[in-house]
Amino acid sequence: MTTDRVAGIGLGLFGAVILEESWRSRLPLGSVAMPGPAYVPAVLAVALLVSGVIIAVQGAGAPRLGAVGWQEWRHAAAIVGVCAFMALAFERLGYRLTVAIACVLLLSLVERKAAVSALIFAASMAFGTYYLFDTLLRVQLPRGPFGF
Amino acid sequence: MVETLGNLAAGFSVALSPPILFYAFVGCLIGTLVGVLPGVGPLAGISLLLPATFGLDATRAIVMLAGIYYGAMYGGSTTSILMRIPGEAASVMTCIDGYAMARKGRGGAALSIAAVGSYIAGTVSIVGLMLLAPPLAAFALRFGPPEYTALYVLGLLVLAYMSSGSMLKSLAMAALGLLLGMIGIDQMTGYFRYAYGVVELGDGLGVVPVAVGLFGIAEILATAGQPTPPTVIKPKLRELLPSRQEWREANWPIWRGTVLGFFIGILPGSAHIISSFVSYAVEKRVSRRPEEFGHGAVAGVAGPESANNSATSGAMVPMLALGVPSGPIPAVMLAAIMVHGVAPGPLLIQQQPALFWGFIASMYVGNVMLLILNLPLVGLFVNILRVPYPYLYPAILVFATLGVYAVNNSVVDVWIMLATGLLGWVLRKLDFETAPIVLGVVLAPMIELSLRQSLAMSDGHYAIFLQRPIAATLLAVGAVLVLLNLYTFARRGLDWRSRLALAEKGEEA
Repeated sequence: MTTDRVAGIGLGLFGAVILEESWRSRLPLGSVAMPGPAYVPAVLAVALLVSGVIIAVQGAGAPRLGAVGWQEWRHAAAIVGVCAFMALAFERLGYRLTVAIACVLLLSLVERKAAVSALIFAASMAFGTYYLFDTLLRVQLPRGPFGF
Repeated sequence: MVETLGNLAAGFSVALSPPILFYAFVGCLIGTLVGVLPGVGPLAGISLLLPATFGLDATRAIVMLAGIYYGAMYGGSTTSILMRIPGEAASVMTCIDGYAMARKGRGGAALSIAAVGSYIAGTVSIVGLMLLAPPLAAFALRFGPPEYTALYVLGLLVLAYMSSGSMLKSLAMAALGLLLGMIGIDQMTGYFRYAYGVVELGDGLGVVPVAVGLFGIAEILATAGQPTPPTVIKPKLRELLPSRQEWREANWPIWRGTVLGFFIGILPGSAHIISSFVSYAVEKRVSRRPEEFGHGAVAGVAGPESANNSATSGAMVPMLALGVPSGPIPAVMLAAIMVHGVAPGPLLIQQQPALFWGFIASMYVGNVMLLILNLPLVGLFVNILRVPYPYLYPAILVFATLGVYAVNNSVVDVWIMLATGLLGWVLRKLDFETAPIVLGVVLAPMIELSLRQSLAMSDGHYAIFLQRPIAATLLAVGAVLVLLNLYTFARRGLDWRSRLALAEKGEEA
């Protein structure tokens, strides 16, 4: 499979999903004189579907998917995992604890840095950014169950 | 003209007030840092700092955000010249001759030429913005829904045409962005669309999480784990002064870059990036010694650096005069002023003169600040690059998450950022541009509303777009661009955009 073929199929599928969702949730298409909420999305979804098909058909000469170079995928997966943890923990553990844990995870487990430097960095980031944004700039950040 | 000067004087009284000066300084400083740091472009920088502007009034907010934008253009040249690493995408062309000059021991001179060129371009282009925006806004008062629909469609077509890859791919990305921008409550009927029961999606996908995800997070995912950057060439302060010969060689490229950058900036697309590529190509074409390009040609630094700075002012013209963002950065800036209850559009200049003229005047002041900041303090900024990337990217990740969360105090936005970050990383791998997605998300509600209003006005006749002269002209320009692209495709030749794409990939210097 080439990169363009994969992308074309993906785009076409997304267009199909939008059409299916418009039909499943019974969004009115309306008329040309009075377009409904599904009118413009349906037109765009068809355009995306057609574009996807053309990109896929023309994509024989594009580089192969494996040749692109995905060597950083392990790093990327770890970073995505830490980001997901932040999204889950932000309002449950509070800003400072979440950021501190995320930094420790990234530095010790992903980057293999010494525990002491990871802890110092994590504490500086968590408390430093909280002070800057919440205290000085009045951007409200969530507090955890322990009051911080 | 007298009225313009009077307005400008009033603008300076706003811009020179201590609080505005302070926020312009903060914006310029942060912008320079954003420009110096590889992987954090002006878009990510502005998006991250957006929540911090919520407590400010609209003038202070936009002055600070604009400072970040043009500050990043100045800062981006530092790493390009001293390390051959573009701090942001618009500085890619500066790497070639700037780094070559640095290796010859002329790094200080290259930095000075870049800074002075940026200063001249920044200042002169503001005159263009000042003179062009008010009449354009007055003209735009004649626009109804069909004209706006045609303008938005043209914007997307120009963006797709100007992109370095395939126009079809760019249009597909724009369609994807438009579809993503239609998630949420339909503003005309109140129907909940494509939200799969997630109540927080009622207001739609925010520009900030999408932009930070597609640009900031995708960049981190792509670059984390890469080898550490090369050593930094650190110039001494006394080496900063260019020779008389170097000044002479920089003179015309600076002026050409200024004019070119401003007009390219007005067009939709990643104007600051495109302008630097076009300027480099023009300088090489007009040079008496084109063979010097790639080996330390002064014009190869002066032209692109002036052009990318000038383009930042050009990009403000449609944003301020029409309320239409020409790219993702003006889109986020527009979102920032909308948060403060300021309605963008042709009436902005009339209804908010203090904001408009104060902003214009602050750009003059900001350019002086940047010149002072960037030359003597270059050594200080370069030191930031000594922070190892394994420590730098977690910090950027924290700022990104914080910035995105703080816009709406919503964890859903953090998930959107993460999802679009993954999408952006994959799309980069597949050689798709992501800027049209952001523009699509921004334009989706406007384009849908104006299209439906136009069709309702005409009782369902698409001919309304051809019967109204302004709309018909705008669509005709769009059609010409599509035909030009089809012509190039049919010839299967390499036009300037294909060469630009190759240059971006480093296959052609």
